[in-house]
Amino acid sequence: MTIRVLVAKVGLDGHDRGIKVVARLLRDAGMEVVYTGLFQTPETVAIAAIQEDVDVVGLSMLSGAHLTLAPLVVQALRERGSDIPVVVGGIVPSNDLADMRLAGIAAIFGPGASADEMVTSITDVVSRARA
Amino acid sequence: MSPTNAYEQWLELYEAASKRDVPFTTMSGVALSPVYGPEDAEFPGLFPYTRGVHASMYRARLWTMRMFAGFGTAVDTNKRFKDIIGAGATGLSTAFDMPTLLGLDSDHPMALGEVGRCGVAIDSLSDMRDLFADIDLASITTSMTINSPAAVMLALFVAQAEESGVARRQLGGTLQNDILKEYQAQKEFVFPPRHSMRLVRDTIAFTAAEMPKWNSISVSGYHIREAGSTAVEELAFTLANGFAYVELARQAGLGVDDVAPRLSFFFNAHIDFFEEIAKYRAARRLWAHWMKDYYGATNELSWKLRFHTQTAGVSLTAQQPEINIARTAIEALAGVLGGTQSLHTNSMDEALALPSEKAARIALRTQQIIAHETNVTHVADPLGGSWFVEELTDEMARQAQDIFAEISALGDGSMLEGCIKGIEENWFQGRIADSAYALERSFNHSDRIVVGVNDFTEGNNDADLETLRITNEDERRQVQRLHHVRGDRNDELVARALEALRRDARDPEVNLMPALIDAARAYVTVGEMMGAMESVFGRHVEVPTL
Repeated sequence: MTIRVLVAKVGLDGHDRGIKVVARLLRDAGMEVVYTGLFQTPETVAIAAIQEDVDVVGLSMLSGAHLTLAPLVVQALRERGSDIPVVVGGIVPSNDLADMRLAGIAAIFGPGASADEMVTSITDVVSRARA
Repeated sequence: MSPTNAYEQWLELYEAASKRDVPFTTMSGVALSPVYGPEDAEFPGLFPYTRGVHASMYRARLWTMRMFAGFGTAVDTNKRFKDIIGAGATGLSTAFDMPTLLGLDSDHPMALGEVGRCGVAIDSLSDMRDLFADIDLASITTSMTINSPAAVMLALFVAQAEESGVARRQLGGTLQNDILKEYQAQKEFVFPPRHSMRLVRDTIAFTAAEMPKWNSISVSGYHIREAGSTAVEELAFTLANGFAYVELARQAGLGVDDVAPRLSFFFNAHIDFFEEIAKYRAARRLWAHWMKDYYGATNELSWKLRFHTQTAGVSLTAQQPEINIARTAIEALAGVLGGTQSLHTNSMDEALALPSEKAARIALRTQQIIAHETNVTHVADPLGGSWFVEELTDEMARQAQDIFAEISALGDGSMLEGCIKGIEENWFQGRIADSAYALERSFNHSDRIVVGVNDFTEGNNDADLETLRITNEDERRQVQRLHHVRGDRNDELVARALEALRRDARDPEVNLMPALIDAARAYVTVGEMMGAMESVFGRHVEVPTL
């Protein structure tokens, strides 16, 4: 079954090179990708994810707000009764990895993560969520 | 006897310039000429300036070592500024945090988690005062890297300087204020493009009339490149934006020679060494020709493209971050061999965090090694005359001209209209995304090696660098500072200033700078000033496209 992904920019971070490149790489791998556009809130992302009936949400975060905003996206989904997994790509210092996992982030991709790595990991996250 | 050939014209200029007091020889004592080439060659300091804007280049004066910094509160950043000046930097450039870049106060709900993270938080005159406390603004020039709220930040800066006794006429510095590339690449936009351009027009007209030492716009290719463009696209989009600002100023009744000398440029120094050098040479030649031949500029200063360079953040790797020192050194050298007027070198840890103090110092030391140890400063445009570099320069200029033709066609002959239409129709954004994707695919297919990423990965599991940590405590302190300002000010003055600002915003013929400066003095916050203008201008929403 084709994997549907919502890729999203939450907060004020306007860096959109990474998210656009990753979206195209995921499409190349056969996934269906929806992009929210810039300056979303955790709530708008959760609503879009549920409406679009996606299998996974991918957040791109390069401004340092990941520890504040990524958990809020997970929370906004769970409050709406959704168990859609959330993955994060961008700049997440290694000190923050444990806290991000505790907050329910299913996978984290740092700078230099290859397309293959991301596709494999997202496929894995989705199949675990579907199981 | 008056000079007859290019060489003699150059020599006259060279001899008139002062020189630094160092021996202009190789390390072994071989005497060096200030420039090399046949008598009828292009020469630095002479039109079209391919070889540099000054006849004596770095023999007269080294580039400005302008380090970009900002984090936490204004007090934190003021301390970092003083450290940087203490380490020998000769210029400052202020990095603002995301809420400030988008004109939001630190207590806005959307600012949550972003305050002081990517730069310094500036909410009001009080913060601006702390930012530059005990820094002599008459002797060190400052640059403010801000765009959507550029006019607001200029108002705060003027208000702050004037209350400390420095008249606006004396202020030297640069406002980035390049809103076109925000829509094209950096994406920190607020108002719709045409309203934003009105604010740019107002800053151009205001600084032309009242701030003779101020550069009103730093036309920036840096962010276009970082967003994924090719070098040629960076070159062409940036110069086209520059042409657009010249046309905008003309619409406001200013002549090309009133505005062009106040435009400075800002380019990326990426890792492809010769391509970058050719890009800078082509940029100078193209700008000179367009200003003189197309826009009819007669002032030499209008023809001379002066630029700041920053090494490529996007070339840095999180893997084995120490090797970024080598990348940055190579990129910085390209900027210097390409004749930059000013340079920022990135810190090795910038793929991980904002720079630590130590990493920022090493980055500055990298410039100092190039400036003082390598002797590359003795000869202007040392690669001029290389068959390879000359041909690459010509080719980049040719490809840029093709792109200018496309942009001009988008605007039915107007570069200003072409740049705005190109934004509104997603033309720039689409081209940049296509180029970024093509490059990324080449990395993924290992057509291109990135050391530490897709090859030579031994060492990737070494212990982490110590990086700078910004905590939510900084955010809390900044919000407190803001609440103090709101509590201490005269609410009636605030209301009156905001009403005047809304009134002026509604009349497109009025220059908004006086109302903004009045508001700054009344401690109206950045978010309140931007909100007042947004109530008139509306907000820009980019249609999401992949």
